[in-house]
Amino acid sequence: MTIKVLYFASVRERVGKPEEEIEPPAEVATVGQLMTWLAAQGDEYTYAFENPKVIRAAIDRKHVRPDASIIGAGEIAFFPPMTGG
Amino acid sequence: MTTTIRLQREPFDIAAEVAKLSGGRTDVGAVVTFTGICRADEKDAPIAALTLEHYPGMAEAEIARHTEEARARWPLLGVTVIHRHGRLKPGEVIVLVATASSHRQAAFAAAEFLMDYLKTRAPFWKQVEAAGETAWVDAKAADDEAAERWSAPPPRPDAGK
Repeated sequence: MTIKVLYFASVRERVGKPEEEIEPPAEVATVGQLMTWLAAQGDEYTYAFENPKVIRAAIDRKHVRPDASIIGAGEIAFFPPMTGG
Repeated sequence: MTTTIRLQREPFDIAAEVAKLSGGRTDVGAVVTFTGICRADEKDAPIAALTLEHYPGMAEAEIARHTEEARARWPLLGVTVIHRHGRLKPGEVIVLVATASSHRQAAFAAAEFLMDYLKTRAPFWKQVEAAGETAWVDAKAADDEAAERWSAPPPRPDAGK
């Protein structure tokens, strides 16, 4: 399954790109598992996801928790806590 | 209800935006506005500028969701949310939230609700430029607590008796 992944702010800087297409193995079923899998894809990913508890995620532009399923997701975004307003 | 949600790089005319909420109608008795402005300091150190990054598409959707929630909670006649992105210098406006209602209580409460949620749920990130370096602004626990209070059930009518 190919998934479009977006990175923002400090996560984008650490990964070194704003977005990419990824193909995780089928056993990666949740947002939390995807973060663990991404963290093992190279030094820049390990750095970006070194503290997954502070990384927030959205699926198809809605906030989700780490236990959310990624099955059928069109677009998954990872970012630090928000600081707008 | 009139709803205006805009994300933009360009500055805007606050007075004109506020006037639109009550223009051409006589049922609006209260307009509350909140204006967020770029300060010249962060953590007691001077800054040169702020850069706001956002998640296009989700930022608008998230603001729209919270605007709908505000509308369900209070009898609002209009809501305007304009949030800027890109590089802003101290003194420049970052965000405007304006709410219109027949009476002030709903307008005050809805403006505060929307700001609390903008701070913690709308996908924007601030980066400061200071002394030639850039750093991401840390989220504040106080902002999460401010947003959290809106998810508590409303006080019972007999509370405090």
